[in-house]
Amino acid sequence: MLINSIDPSGDSSPLAKGARSLLSRYSWEIMLLIILALTNALNFSISPYYKWGKLLDATNLFLDKGFLAMSMTLVILTGYIDISVASTVALSSVVMAVSYNAGAGVPMPLAMIICLLTGAACGALNGLILVKFSELAPMIVTLATQIIYRGIALIILEDKAAGKFPSWYPNLGWGYAGAFPIMMAAFFILFLVFAFLLHKTNYGRTVYAVGKNKLACRFSGINVDRIIFTNFTLNGLMAAVTALFLTSRMGSTRPNVANAYEMDVIAMVVLGGVSTAGGKGRMGGVLISIFIVGLLRYGLGLININTQVLMMVVGGLLVLAVAIPEMRLGSLVKGRRPTVPASAKT
Amino acid sequence: MGELLLELTGVTKTFPGVRALDDVRFTLKAGEVHALMGENGAGKSTFIKIITGVHKPDAGEMKIDGRNVRFNEPREAADAGIAAIYQHVTCYPDLSVTENIFVGHEIIDSRTKKLNWKRMRELSGQYLTQLGADVDPKAVMGTLSVARQQIVEIAKALSINARIIIMDEPTAALTRRESEELYRITLQLRDEGKGIIFISHRFEDMYRVAGRVTVLRDSRYIGTWNVDEISQDKLIYSMVGRELTQLYPSKRNGIGKEVFRCEGLSKTGYFADVGFSVNEGEIVALSGLVGAGRSEVCQAICGYWPFNAGRLYYQGKPVRPRSPGEAIALGIGYLPEDRQKQGLILDWSILRNITLSTLKQHSRAGVPLPVKERDTAHRLSNLLNVKRSSLQDFVSSLSGGNQQKVIVAKLLAGQLKFMMLDEPTKGVDVGAKHAIYEIMRDLTAQGIGILMVSSEMPEALGMSDRIIVMREGRVARVFDAAGTTQEEILRASMTARTEVIA
Amino acid sequence: MTNTAPQRRPAILSRIRLDSFRELGLLLFIAALIIIVQMSNSAFLTPKNVSNLLTNTAIIAVLSVGMFVVILTGGIDLSIGANIAFTGMVVALHVAAVPTLHPLIAMLEGLAIGIVLGAIVGVLVAKVHVLPIIASLGMCYVFRGAVFLISGGKWVSAHQMPEGFKAIATGSTLWINNLVLIAIVVMLIAQYVLSSTRVGRRFYAVGSNADAARISGISGDRAVWLAYIVMGGLAGLAGVLWVAKFASAQPDTAIGYEVNIIAACVIGGVSINGGSGKVAGVLLGTMLIGIINNALPLISSVSEFSKSFIQGMIILGAVLLNTVVKRRGDWRVLAARHI
Repeated sequence: MLINSIDPSGDSSPLAKGARSLLSRYSWEIMLLIILALTNALNFSISPYYKWGKLLDATNLFLDKGFLAMSMTLVILTGYIDISVASTVALSSVVMAVSYNAGAGVPMPLAMIICLLTGAACGALNGLILVKFSELAPMIVTLATQIIYRGIALIILEDKAAGKFPSWYPNLGWGYAGAFPIMMAAFFILFLVFAFLLHKTNYGRTVYAVGKNKLACRFSGINVDRIIFTNFTLNGLMAAVTALFLTSRMGSTRPNVANAYEMDVIAMVVLGGVSTAGGKGRMGGVLISIFIVGLLRYGLGLININTQVLMMVVGGLLVLAVAIPEMRLGSLVKGRRPTVPASAKT
Repeated sequence: MGELLLELTGVTKTFPGVRALDDVRFTLKAGEVHALMGENGAGKSTFIKIITGVHKPDAGEMKIDGRNVRFNEPREAADAGIAAIYQHVTCYPDLSVTENIFVGHEIIDSRTKKLNWKRMRELSGQYLTQLGADVDPKAVMGTLSVARQQIVEIAKALSINARIIIMDEPTAALTRRESEELYRITLQLRDEGKGIIFISHRFEDMYRVAGRVTVLRDSRYIGTWNVDEISQDKLIYSMVGRELTQLYPSKRNGIGKEVFRCEGLSKTGYFADVGFSVNEGEIVALSGLVGAGRSEVCQAICGYWPFNAGRLYYQGKPVRPRSPGEAIALGIGYLPEDRQKQGLILDWSILRNITLSTLKQHSRAGVPLPVKERDTAHRLSNLLNVKRSSLQDFVSSLSGGNQQKVIVAKLLAGQLKFMMLDEPTKGVDVGAKHAIYEIMRDLTAQGIGILMVSSEMPEALGMSDRIIVMREGRVARVFDAAGTTQEEILRASMTARTEVIA
Repeated sequence: MTNTAPQRRPAILSRIRLDSFRELGLLLFIAALIIIVQMSNSAFLTPKNVSNLLTNTAIIAVLSVGMFVVILTGGIDLSIGANIAFTGMVVALHVAAVPTLHPLIAMLEGLAIGIVLGAIVGVLVAKVHVLPIIASLGMCYVFRGAVFLISGGKWVSAHQMPEGFKAIATGSTLWINNLVLIAIVVMLIAQYVLSSTRVGRRFYAVGSNADAARISGISGDRAVWLAYIVMGGLAGLAGVLWVAKFASAQPDTAIGYEVNIIAACVIGGVSINGGSGKVAGVLLGTMLIGIINNALPLISSVSEFSKSFIQGMIILGAVLLNTVVKRRGDWRVLAARHI
């Protein structure tokens, strides 16, 4: 039938390669776990108020961003980025508060649904623009919608705050379901959903594929536009989920709520090992890094370190997370950096 | 023929784990075109990179004009009068032609210390006229065709007074006519006393321009011959290392009923009124110049591009896929031209690449079934003889021919009856070409209809039953492959439009 | 090849037309905007407001030039707001402590500090190969934190600053306000360097095709690094100008300001993918952003709370319009092809 082709292919042994890749596969997660342990140790050593018993409560302080990190992982995996999420949180929160309080007012559950719809709509708009104008840089578009979404929140609420929610609403953020805080339970359930979606389904597989090579995906019959649109819509929806819990914990909302959240969220995702170039990274790493960033902030907060300085630490962490693997790789590959474009030769 | 311009002896280069060159020698005389041939992976690229100073050899000598030289970086090679025109043009698409020619050695006005754009533009114009090319020095590089970009690259070589010009598969992306133009320029440069190293997979290139040919195989030097002294069979034998009895395997099945037909297909600015049909078990070649709209027609049929007018019929029924996904679901597959950019996810395994477009049929309720995926990948990669050590190998570790087979396997994972193969043997070596032709014959034997876009005329003649020639977006003529010649096809693709002979 | 000329030629022609069309269109848009604003509030085109507008726009212009160079190389710098705050704060603390410090020294000090901050971002991008958006976003927060550390969260206010320092922004040289003069000088230098020197063309070359640059022996890394240094230096300079103009240095100075600057560049036709753009376009984009910032508070029907919404819509609108115009141009070229 077919004759033997005689192409000289690479001579590297696949077995050794397989073993090596399996070992190196989870090295990032292992490193993250060590950092997490170190963070904890640091926290215990610097503050007498840092106790195991309080960790459950402490976790609730940063889990709102964790919701966003999950969907942001999908967005970044496809090689996109969404800077407008914090504004989406603010807008959904403000819309919810106003629709509950204004004039006739809607019942709270309906207001919460409106909140979710608002977030999803913001995300969908981002996705729609990026799909219809695929030549635009995601950063520019979401930078603009970042201003627009918060601008709408400002128009609605001006410089006022909106609160007066029903008495049961704060339970969402503060209450317990048995031994578990409700918020944490919601977080872990959603995390499992996202992890399953990303690692066990066709959808997840195609998210990775799109991140690696969009053009090849299109020619392979994958609906790339639908995936990008869905990811952004999910991201907006999760921003609204964040808004639900955040507003519940604060008791009222203002247009400037969740300011600069995108920074923490992107830091969590990138530190979690998700490549900003797309196509690489896992949910597990993101989960660990959510806790690293969150606990670090909490611990430093306990010893009265100012928010700005906390941001500084997170910013440094973000850069380090990206720089460290680059440096390691850099020294390895230095000698044989392609001098002809990578595409020029196989 | 002049004195010895360049001489390399005993050149050896080892990369971690790979011996890329082993004791290779080579000479180039002034006023000579010297073809360098060999299969992919034979070491041609590494060899070129040593000459241009990109890599440093572990051992061996390099002499220019009889003097020993050793380059530490590309800059020094350029200063020594060596210029390379790479296969994928390495230009600056946003900058003007003039700037592309002079980047790195701009002319600075001695008085004002400013860049002397006027002078650079004049000189660019001179170089381009000298090459007989009608290119505006002020034009933006990215708006030019690949062929013209290549001419600009050659002008760049002239601008640094290069005496040794290396052309790395310059004709790979060119049409027949553009290749002719390149031959003319190459011979002109030769007559002006330059030494030219010409790398190509096309035998025709070699016969048209080269005086001598050197063959590399498995990183080793095999031999150097005068082109008129060596037969094509012997040349293939020296490149492949064994006898290939027949490059184009013979046909072994009859032609069935019509599987695909299109009528009046038009897309603004790309093609108009394109109509043809393909039958079961038939190979139809879509020939013509690059830019004649052949790829665009295929991409419109498979739903990648929308088109303005026209009707498609698949197995007699009207269809209109709006995306490649819908086309695959119908049974229409398209193998894109650029396998690395459009066809594969390079750092994914063979297995995942094969099942990429058919995830749905390899899953239940949206969850992939690994066993089913494995079975398909195993079956198809065995069928197509994908050379691998494991299905988990990254496709980036495969040779060009094997990568192409993986894409074909991906197509075959769907239930296709009509396949469009866009330049399926572009840039693959002789052995892999033969394997791909065998696969095509196997497919037609199973009743699949194939539309093959091809710029290589011998391939179109050797493999197809009919040849459709496109010219400037329209079908110029349809030939019966058995009764036509290269000259006739060439005339049809270049001369004025004529009636369509069905 | 000669025969492919007819179908390629229109592409070139239309591209040239399209380029100038973009700047002309922008100019007309700005003119129309000025007329509309003037009609709704006659206080717009008064000498006082125009000079206010120009001095505000001058700072944007200085920053836009820096951002232009960075975007040319295919990068982005989100750290400039923090850079402005940091340099502004350091210099303000310095002049508050040493009131006799010469304003020129203060400006040079700002420039130097800015260069150091820019060099840090540049090293991360050019040498460590961190994605520009991540490197600059991260450093943005690091710088911001540093401002807080050195200031202890306090402001340096007008009464702590000597008059000589504040005169950087209020005084004039050759009958032109200092800020405007500085902006003009920066623009002229940029125009000269970018079009008439090798270094300038390197930015274009690297942004257009970094791989090709490497083959032709151009050190892409160095050009990229230099771009961030230029950006940092100009941001540092702008920091001093800012503090002098508003006579106050705060830890949250210029927060989110980078969006304005990026918008000015993008509206001015600088390709976010690198490799193309003109100083003239950047100037027009800067003018548009400056006018919007200045005019919105003047229009009575626009509440102060809708300002950022309108700003965002204009940025998004400009970016989308740009794309639509470009697509239409491409389509026209296609339609003109004879088939």
